[in-house]
Amino acid sequence: MTRGGARLGAGRPKGQGKYKESTKPIRIPKSMIQEVLKYIETNGYHLPLYASVVQAGFPSPADDYIEGELDLNKHLIKHPTATFFVRSAGQSMIKSGIHHGDILVVDRSLEPIHGKIVIAAIDGQLTVKRLHKSSKGTYLMPENDEYEPIKIEENNEVVIWGVVTNVLHEV
Amino acid sequence: MTLFALIDCNNFYASCERVFNPDLIGKPIIVLSNNDGCVIARSNEAKALGIPMGAPYYQHKTFMEKNNVKVFSSNYQFYGDMSQRIMRSLSMMIPSQDLEVYSIDEAFLRLDGFATQDLFNWALQVRNKILQWTGIPTSIGIAPTKTLSKIANQMAKKNTQDGVFDLRDSDLQEHIMSDLPIEELWGISHNWGKKLRSLGISTALQLRDTDPKFIQKNLSVVVERIIYELQGLSCLNLEKQSPKKSIMTSKSFGISLNELEPIEQALSTYGVRACEKLRQQKSKTKGIYVFLQTSPFRENQSQYRNSLTFVFDLPTSDTAVIIRTAKRLLKQIYKNGYHYNKCGIMLFDLVSEDYQQGHFFTIQDPLRDRLMATIDIINKSMGPETIFYAAQGVKHDWKMRRNKLSPRYTTNWEELVKVY
Repeated sequence: MTRGGARLGAGRPKGQGKYKESTKPIRIPKSMIQEVLKYIETNGYHLPLYASVVQAGFPSPADDYIEGELDLNKHLIKHPTATFFVRSAGQSMIKSGIHHGDILVVDRSLEPIHGKIVIAAIDGQLTVKRLHKSSKGTYLMPENDEYEPIKIEENNEVVIWGVVTNVLHEV
Repeated sequence: MTLFALIDCNNFYASCERVFNPDLIGKPIIVLSNNDGCVIARSNEAKALGIPMGAPYYQHKTFMEKNNVKVFSSNYQFYGDMSQRIMRSLSMMIPSQDLEVYSIDEAFLRLDGFATQDLFNWALQVRNKILQWTGIPTSIGIAPTKTLSKIANQMAKKNTQDGVFDLRDSDLQEHIMSDLPIEELWGISHNWGKKLRSLGISTALQLRDTDPKFIQKNLSVVVERIIYELQGLSCLNLEKQSPKKSIMTSKSFGISLNELEPIEQALSTYGVRACEKLRQQKSKTKGIYVFLQTSPFRENQSQYRNSLTFVFDLPTSDTAVIIRTAKRLLKQIYKNGYHYNKCGIMLFDLVSEDYQQGHFFTIQDPLRDRLMATIDIINKSMGPETIFYAAQGVKHDWKMRRNKLSPRYTTNWEELVKVY
């Protein structure tokens, strides 16, 4: 039997400590201790993409032209906190391409100017029509010959609720 | 001089309902608490009818029907979305470090740097933008301290057309405080109100002119601070939001339950929700607390209430572990023969999920974390409970009563408002 030295199988098995793998003592500058500990604790720094520098390899000729993915939300919604979706019912706006069951994107932050398609609250109900302002008065115009224009009078309870920016129509 | 503004939504829940249902404008509306129990929000018209806050619905049902009061269950998905829109809109008008979201319908703004002469107009603009963008009317009170801005806000609500009230002038402060009953002050509890009155202090002005040290000795340092705030010395700054230190999910059942199994299902469902919140704020929990109780309002039935806590070896956010533990605790406190109306689960002693302390006997399996993350992503993108635990059951007779729920106009494609 040999004497002295390491005994086989003694001590805590490797990989049972804090780091779940075998460890090794090294020398590091005192000033770097905190940094290194942080590096270990966070399992390596998570670098933001722009901070990394490619130093090797051939750059892809397309690199300069990458623009990011197309985001439909960004395209359709300019003012997220003021944008709501509503569903169209009926045929009153059929000529402007708004069908029964379509989803309308409505931006409440836009000014309802002449010619815009708007959502209006008339007598407690929400309706979609084209806003028509002229010297003869303000009208909510349907885009279907079977419907009558609605004249906004002084005593009407009409509130413009928002401006329609897009129609989502399933085909 | 410090400068604060409090922006508060007018009758928030009722106003939300009106945005998508303009027919309700000018009509009395009330909103009920969970399980359609009590009145928790009223429109001005409902207040004028004399319906008290907190009134049990069943007591006033006939009266409401007779007076054509529109009644709604709380639609928290909808109100929560509207609240977020308002707070995000605010953060576009003021740097985020100067904004404190105080509750679902209130926010404090810190305005120290503002050119003072334009402040009133600026506040008017903020108010009008929020109204136009979201449809929700608000009131804004401006003053040198948070406590005074609360008073200014009350004035803006009651006494002005434009919804903005500037309370920077000290003569004006004095005038208003001389009429303000002590109980209506922000931070004065019912008990303190009584105590102050017994000391001969019945208005805000009287409190302001009391020796703060005397109040600190006889009441509390909190009331002392209120005195300074009333004097215009700011003691309360904006509070920064930090991740919650505990998460509680509890609801009363739609019907009373006496069997163990449906209670287990309800508890498991609350556990699932609590774990989702836990992972959302990137935390793990060390402790779990489970309680079960009968209805304290059914005095003729035998009463029982019990709770139990457990501390994990390692912080966890694993739904399976938490449900298993919760059910085990429930079994220990459950007794046959009672009509239970509520159970709940609290996760406490939360730590950041990055903070991983090793443990000698237990090894954490990173695959579990990934499983949880995957389930969260699926349920977020495909709808709540697309994947659910068998422990939650499938029948759900115990689910909350919400018979008068309005559509989830802003969070569900199937429930969008119709325009004709």
